[in-house]
Amino acid sequence: MASDKPIKAAPTAKDFKGDVAPDWCPGCGDFGVLRALELACAKLGREPHEFVTVSGIGCSSNLPGYINTYGMHTLHGRALAVATGVKLANHDLTVIATGGDGDGYGIGGNHFVHTMRRNVDLLYIVMNNQIYGLTTGQVSPTSRIGMKTKSTPFGSVEGPVNPLAMAIVTGASYVARGFSGDTKHLAELMYRGMEHKGFALIDVFSPCITYNKDNTFAFFKQTVTKLEETGHDPTDWKAAIEHSMAWGDEIPTGLFYHDTSRPTLDEAEPVLGEGGPLAHRNLGVTKEQGAAIIRKMM
Amino acid sequence: MAKFDFAIAIGGAAGQGIATPGNILARICARRGLQFFSYNSYQSIIRGGHIFLTTRISTEPVTSHGDKIDLLFCLNQDTMDRHLQHVAPGGTAIFNSDTIKPGDASDGLQLCPMPVKELSNNNRNKLVQNTVALAGVLHLLGLEFKLLEEILTLQFKRKGQAVVDENVDVARAAYEYSVENFVPFSTPLPQKDKPLAQVGGNEALAMGGAAAGVNFYCAYPMSPSTGVLHWMAENANDMGIMVRQVEDEIGVINMVIGAAHAGCRAMCATSGGGFALMTEAVGSAGMMEIPMVAINVQRAGPSTGVPTKTEQGDLWQMLGASQGDFPKIIVAVTSILDCFNTIPELFNLVDKFQCPGLVITDLSVSEGYATVDPDDINWEQPIDRGELITEANDTGEKYLRYKFTESGISPRAIPGTPEHLHVVATDEHDEDGGLISDEFTNPHIRRAMVEKRQRKMEAVVSLIDPPELEGPENAEVTLIGWGTTKGVIEEAASLLTQEGIPTNQLAIKWIVPLHVEEITQALSKAKRTIIVENNFTGQFARYLRGETGFDADGHIRKYDGEPFMPHHIVDGVKEQVAGKTDLYVPYQEIVV
Ligand SMILES: Cc1ncc(C[n+]2csc(CCOP(=O)(O)OP(=O)(O)O)c2C)c(N)n1
Ligand code: SF4
Ligand SMILES: [Mg+2]
Repeated sequence: MASDKPIKAAPTAKDFKGDVAPDWCPGCGDFGVLRALELACAKLGREPHEFVTVSGIGCSSNLPGYINTYGMHTLHGRALAVATGVKLANHDLTVIATGGDGDGYGIGGNHFVHTMRRNVDLLYIVMNNQIYGLTTGQVSPTSRIGMKTKSTPFGSVEGPVNPLAMAIVTGASYVARGFSGDTKHLAELMYRGMEHKGFALIDVFSPCITYNKDNTFAFFKQTVTKLEETGHDPTDWKAAIEHSMAWGDEIPTGLFYHDTSRPTLDEAEPVLGEGGPLAHRNLGVTKEQGAAIIRKMM
Repeated sequence: MAKFDFAIAIGGAAGQGIATPGNILARICARRGLQFFSYNSYQSIIRGGHIFLTTRISTEPVTSHGDKIDLLFCLNQDTMDRHLQHVAPGGTAIFNSDTIKPGDASDGLQLCPMPVKELSNNNRNKLVQNTVALAGVLHLLGLEFKLLEEILTLQFKRKGQAVVDENVDVARAAYEYSVENFVPFSTPLPQKDKPLAQVGGNEALAMGGAAAGVNFYCAYPMSPSTGVLHWMAENANDMGIMVRQVEDEIGVINMVIGAAHAGCRAMCATSGGGFALMTEAVGSAGMMEIPMVAINVQRAGPSTGVPTKTEQGDLWQMLGASQGDFPKIIVAVTSILDCFNTIPELFNLVDKFQCPGLVITDLSVSEGYATVDPDDINWEQPIDRGELITEANDTGEKYLRYKFTESGISPRAIPGTPEHLHVVATDEHDEDGGLISDEFTNPHIRRAMVEKRQRKMEAVVSLIDPPELEGPENAEVTLIGWGTTKGVIEEAASLLTQEGIPTNQLAIKWIVPLHVEEITQALSKAKRTIIVENNFTGQFARYLRGETGFDADGHIRKYDGEPFMPHHIVDGVKEQVAGKTDLYVPYQEIVV
């Protein structure tokens, strides 16, 4: 649940804290993601009612209920389609989509690809725990080969998707990876993702402490590195791809790719050229417009 | 003026350019103030196959493509072979005698062979035969050559004077040839004073959307609904409508829901297969209480089915669209003009009641074209957005998106509005939008929420027009139809009445909610009731029985992909009156 709070000065992270206590398992990675998002929203300096957080279904998708913004808790896999509709209807709003790896890369995979190629101006946060948490621990599109889950008791034989590489080749214009164990770093990535005009993906390692015994906090603490410390240039597409393929003893986090050259969908769409957000325009057809249409049919 | 009733059918293969002479003839009629309805029978093919465009012209309103063909315009042998037999006595067939062999014409039927090569100086353009035949047709219809000259000049202007002259010369030679060799129809094409507009069903749905204030439209192309997308795309910039072709129909409806929630009037259209993909989201609009409109233009199913043929086979799909109980409004539009008028009315209802609105129609109307009096198209439709909050208001109370109210309607704030922060959820929720599905599933809140949503529907039925019996009061036969069959049933009923079987019709448009009382009342005095529908299982008959307990005496059903022609219904009624059957399935004579 979200609530209204009188906001006098510039909003702080507290202003984005919802009234409802998250019902995630104590220790779940998603807490860190929520915390980071509160910080990032505050840093952006907009008021809570100027944000809309849209999610699908999953443990991670419960997030809109816990943050003090407008929220939509939609169907499993559909957050990006709904969020695109919201953004195009009112491009003055800051729109954030959140969800899980199953939600975004599995059932919502088609929307994922096409929202990126359209460069819709959204921040998309995927809490990637390499498992289906809410449905009590089945294999996910990011589970590694060999991973034992309730639906792959003998080990998964399917290879995982690489969301970052996919995003870079598909047209996302801001591609990053964060770790829920490093809230400050993650908040900075989120803030910059919202500042960025265009589609921003942040794939976040957000461990499911209940159902994923492979990709734990300890595992990530040992393996994650920061691209910022390597001198990586995020405008270098080839280097971005190369880093996105890295997996093993060292797994990079940070900003992989950043392209500011492409217009966003709302910038490219002539209908939004002038007149402000669609949602606030006058509705209907004038007599003159109608007459012009009829003339073409006579 | 005596009633003029004349049908021209043009047949050929896809790619032979049937549309051009078809459009020219339609435009001539509309400009003369004549009414028409045209039905194009075709297949899912870009080149080849067989296309058959029937345009029925009259001085009076035309509600179906009728029973007969007066003038057959053959662009290939196939058309001659298939359709010469369908030409009415006194009719005419015109064709290219270089490539088409005439069939055996029955007595009183005029064959008009046109030597295209000779008349066109051996012009090699394959489309020249259309111009030649069209010139002949104009003569046969008693029209002056000048008219064609003007049309051809307009059509070829962009290609330069030489091309214009070439075409006009060919047309003139053909016209003169026809004057010398053939007898024109005894009644020339009449002229009325008021020019009419020609409107397609899909166009009318789109135009109705525009008039309703739709400013967000999404689709994934699917016959026979794609015309709505084309119109929207064409007019998007002028009208300020956001039009998007989305990756699939799931994305389509979810995008529409997002835009609708943010404050747009948002709509989408598809056919049954696409609608199947949309169904989960229909329920989400119901649960989140977001008003939006989805149109299902039925094709013959199931599965991919027959993409270019018609059927009324998706009723139960629409009724059952999405899991769970929740209110939605379903309307079956009855004609092309009704497409235009219904969309604004439906948007006002869904905005008021904050629920999904579904439109069910089919190819027979969506891809049909008809004339409409421009004065009957009211662009300035009333727009009522219901209880919508777009600005901060200091009531001092905490805003509850799903507040329990007597009417069941809770004022709806759009994102961006200060002091109204809330979450909408597809999970069951409390008044403030907080989930009740996770930690504590509260049965009392659940019950109250279910009842709140359903309560909204109680008022809907009083705001929409009930169906009324049309035709003679003490009819022997009452025909019951739903949606697009209204026009053809109306014609069949009047033919039956003329032939001594007084027949009236109860045409049902609003499917959910259904006017149970009014329908029961209207049918209580009917002597013999027959339900007419374009499907195998009698989907509407079963629905009507379920809602009202009413069982009809008989049924006329068609499921071959082609729409009813009036005589199909007339014959079916006669068989039933004679006691031969209570289920009549007409035979489709015209095979395309
Ligand atoms: C159409 C549909 N199919 C299946 C489900 C059941 N379901 C709910 S969440 C979920 C997977 C969640 O996994 P993920 O998106 O990774 O989120 P997590 O719980 O791990 O955060 C599934 C399969 C559903 N709600 N809707
Ligand atoms: S099941 Fe896993 S993902 Fe879900 S709340 Fe618990 S720890 Fe988090
Ligand atoms: Mg997951």
